[in-house]
Amino acid sequence: MTEQGSKGIFLSIDWVTIMLYVILIMWGWFSVCGACYDFNNPDLFAWETNSGKQIVWGGTSLVLATVLMLIEKRFYDTAAYVIYGSMILLLAITIVIAPDTKGSRSWLPMGPVKIQPAEFAKFAVALALGKLMDKYGFNIKNLKDIGTAIGLIILPMLLIIGQKETGSALVYLAFFLMLYREGMTGSLLFTGFACVVYFVVGMKFSDDYITNMPVSIGEFTVLLLAMIFTIGLVWVYCHNTYAVKIMAYTCFGSTILAMLFSIYVIPFDVCYVMLGACILMILYIIGLAVYTRIYKYALIAAFAIVSCSLFYLSSTIFDHLADHQRTRIEVLLGKKDDPRGAGYNVNQAKIAIGSGGLTGKGFLNGTQTKLRYVPEQHTDFIFCTVGEEEGFIGAAGVLIVYLLFIWRLIIVSERQTDTMGRVYGYCVLSIFLFHLFINVGMVLGLTPVIGIPLPFFSYGGSSLWGFTLLLFILLRMDAERNLKRK
Amino acid sequence: MQNHLYEYRKYIIGGIALLVVLSYIVRLAFLQLSNDEYKSSADNNAFLNNIIFPSRGAIYDRNGELLVYNQPAYDIMVIMREVNNLDTLEFCKTLNITKSAFEERMMLIKDRNKNPGYSTYTQQLFLPQISAEEFSVFQEKMFRFHGFYVRERTIRRYATDYCAHVLGDVAEVSPADVERDDYYDPGDYIGKQGVERSYEPELRGVKGVEVLLRDARGRIQGHYKNGALDRKPVPGKNLTLSIDAKVQALGERLMQGKMGAIVAIEPKTGEILCMVSAPSYDPHRMEGKQRGAQMMEMQRNPMKPMLNRAISGTYPPGSTFKTSQGLTFLQEGIITSSTAYPCYHGFVTKGMRVGCHGHGSPLPLVPAIATSCNGYFCWGLYHMLNNRQKYQTIQDAITTWKDYMVSMGFGYKLGVDLPGESRGMIPNADYYDRRLGRWNALGVISIAIGQGEVTLTPLQIANLCATIANRGYYITPHVVKGIQDGHIADSLRVKHHTKVDKTYYNMVVEGMRKAVLSGTCHSANNAQYAVCGKTGTAQNRGKDHSAFMGFAPMEDPKIAVAVYVENGGFGATYGVPIGALIMEQYINGELSPASEAKAASFQSRHIDYGTRER
Repeated sequence: MTEQGSKGIFLSIDWVTIMLYVILIMWGWFSVCGACYDFNNPDLFAWETNSGKQIVWGGTSLVLATVLMLIEKRFYDTAAYVIYGSMILLLAITIVIAPDTKGSRSWLPMGPVKIQPAEFAKFAVALALGKLMDKYGFNIKNLKDIGTAIGLIILPMLLIIGQKETGSALVYLAFFLMLYREGMTGSLLFTGFACVVYFVVGMKFSDDYITNMPVSIGEFTVLLLAMIFTIGLVWVYCHNTYAVKIMAYTCFGSTILAMLFSIYVIPFDVCYVMLGACILMILYIIGLAVYTRIYKYALIAAFAIVSCSLFYLSSTIFDHLADHQRTRIEVLLGKKDDPRGAGYNVNQAKIAIGSGGLTGKGFLNGTQTKLRYVPEQHTDFIFCTVGEEEGFIGAAGVLIVYLLFIWRLIIVSERQTDTMGRVYGYCVLSIFLFHLFINVGMVLGLTPVIGIPLPFFSYGGSSLWGFTLLLFILLRMDAERNLKRK
Repeated sequence: MQNHLYEYRKYIIGGIALLVVLSYIVRLAFLQLSNDEYKSSADNNAFLNNIIFPSRGAIYDRNGELLVYNQPAYDIMVIMREVNNLDTLEFCKTLNITKSAFEERMMLIKDRNKNPGYSTYTQQLFLPQISAEEFSVFQEKMFRFHGFYVRERTIRRYATDYCAHVLGDVAEVSPADVERDDYYDPGDYIGKQGVERSYEPELRGVKGVEVLLRDARGRIQGHYKNGALDRKPVPGKNLTLSIDAKVQALGERLMQGKMGAIVAIEPKTGEILCMVSAPSYDPHRMEGKQRGAQMMEMQRNPMKPMLNRAISGTYPPGSTFKTSQGLTFLQEGIITSSTAYPCYHGFVTKGMRVGCHGHGSPLPLVPAIATSCNGYFCWGLYHMLNNRQKYQTIQDAITTWKDYMVSMGFGYKLGVDLPGESRGMIPNADYYDRRLGRWNALGVISIAIGQGEVTLTPLQIANLCATIANRGYYITPHVVKGIQDGHIADSLRVKHHTKVDKTYYNMVVEGMRKAVLSGTCHSANNAQYAVCGKTGTAQNRGKDHSAFMGFAPMEDPKIAVAVYVENGGFGATYGVPIGALIMEQYINGELSPASEAKAASFQSRHIDYGTRER
């Protein structure tokens, strides 16, 4: 690298992102202070306290960031697969050698500290994906190519699930957002969305019945949504108005007739009729696929089959989940009201946030979190402390800074001159978005309680370093954008 | 390479982020601004989960005699924030502790490494288990010690001086226990040894909880939702042991000053009637807060009184093992009831010699058992291992032999309902191949007489005896007979049949009967019921171990007993008389005056073990 080159790189560093990064880390530190404050040990900088340790993690992160800024992009380009391979190996070894900590085997003791390899594997996967998709002739529509990409994502997920850290494994689903940006058909994203909706609606209302009718609200809604989604897909992707009309009349017509019959003549389970209508609809679409030879019909038929069976499948899957996961889902869906059990965290979190009001109780003055009513308040439930001590203004402020941060990452990613940079950038922002979505959502009682940290806020060295690693590799790549590739 | 085709999607992704953040802000506004319910109720109110401990189940012997019960005790708790103006001197005097102990305890409470759940707002354990008398003194002055509270607990009390190894004990949970099982919190009690540990889930019951509301200063405001969420504790279940307290007491008396074990089993049910491990200790030593110091002392004792030798000790079974050999040879067709082998003061062939004592020769199985002939069983195993018509290789032969042994409950844990069971040792072909390389029958012949590589636990010897008494099956031995409102595990009620037919067992029973009438166990003979027995004299580095197993009555066995006395010499010296007394006590419910005198004499006979580490 020439003198000119280094200078050019320095000028091209994206200082806006770095500024947002520093703001988030400092804000996070104040929150950790609030969450861990101990009246007997008021020294926030003492090593014995979590706030003291968090300073050390933050400081070392800055060192790490500086080091990362010195490593050329060429290195990652060359070593992407090696890094990926070593990480996979490390994840696999962790399953075997990590001690059992409350059922999870994901923490490796390294002298006085413990690290969680799952937090560091994300950047390796992102690099490998970037490298793969940068390959000449990579086509996301090509089944083999997209298959390889998805394989790269699934493998670490399986290993992390093997460590009994389902929460951390789910983070890898975020990479599908990047795949979407790179041209993966939106219908796949839509299918995923639909599956979640089916599962949530189906589970939440499976035991509720429509008044005076032996019809499960969950089953009814899922089947109705399956009809609407399927017909919608035929309309959007195949533009076959005739088919749409026929299907809509059959499905909705039969449903309405069955409802009327059930209300006024003999009450019976309308879902049988709806299921019949769905099967007719699926057969009709398969017929269209065979007749017109348009493969989209076949895919839509597959979607419809999955949709209809998911309600029944999800009950089966549900029964196979571990007890604590099942309880968490049930509590989230409001099927179980248990303020001492699994819902306790969420309930306490809501009380803590709710008591914050507009301006909060002030730094170190939160009582809910001080009394340690919220378990894991300094890690996964750190957002409680923000809400309680800094009120609506602080909490909304954090969210807005995050939004700016993600918006900035989109800009940075989009201006990359090669696919590797852009793919890596989208991987990074997808991960941040996913963490934000799940973590804040669970504290607010909107998403399932999955134990994943809020980047830069949650206490812990592993996660802070992991996110720093992710971010600064991108910033270094970005800083090289004005250089000609050698 | 640019990908302009899909660049529009950046707006969709940005839109998703915007949507997430906006909807969360709306939710925040709903929680924090519009909703007064959270604000007013949550402003300073919060739950307090007050744990209510259930009483632990009591333990009885098989005749309903109480062995273990609970007594109220009091824990002194402290809320650090509320401690002010404490007169430390007065406080220490009231509780009868030194000032340095007070300071040390306070430091420990504040040490987050040792007390991870520490909070200045919640009750922390200051001093566990003070007695009712100490409590009444403290209670009078309690109002002066701000921040100190009392929590009612129960401690284990023992109504017996015996049976320590079977009963086990309870103590505070270790951090590892808390990590492993969510049920436990620091400061809870858990069974550490014996049935207290193996039946922990039944004995402990289920903790109850009161959900109380309190304000930020910790003052209780009442029950949350009028107590709708409170849960009553479920008391632990009582256990009835299969142990007969009288037999157990006699056994422990007889074993005083000796090392070894006695196990007696009711053959029909597999219920263990007594399980003595010597040296033992007084269970009272494990009561209350002195337990830690007592444990330390016993762990330093070279005689290892904490070790339950009845299930954890592995010994060469000696001649008691010959019964299992006879059975195997009969079933495999190596011998018949009339096969006779010579014994010229031992087993002598090809420069090999296993000595034996004087008796008639040649002789068949029944007298061979009665006189405990070494030559007979060595010849049997020699012919079995060298039978190439039946087994292709010596490895096949030893594998067959091993399968017989395993079917009789040797070589693996029997599955007794106590922690710490050993599996003993039954060698297999692989073991000999690795240890000896090329090997032949002569090299391993001593396993036929229960020496060499073979080791069994006293429990396994007793179980062998029970199997013979049952003529071919055993039920996994167990010490718990009944659980209140429940029943013992199904695995403790199934019959395990060995690979040997009943008819062959009858021949061995005949041999054991003859041993009592005219053989090695003569002194076990009893005019009131027919005793069957087998002595054992196991060689080892020091003086021989004395062993005995026997059952009675012969036709309807009520008890099968195994006695093992380390360095006791001949089986007839200690094993037979002790076994005979145990059988008499159980069958007759008492000892005759003559037997009582004999028991007293055995109680006072001590064996000198020196002071070396064991």
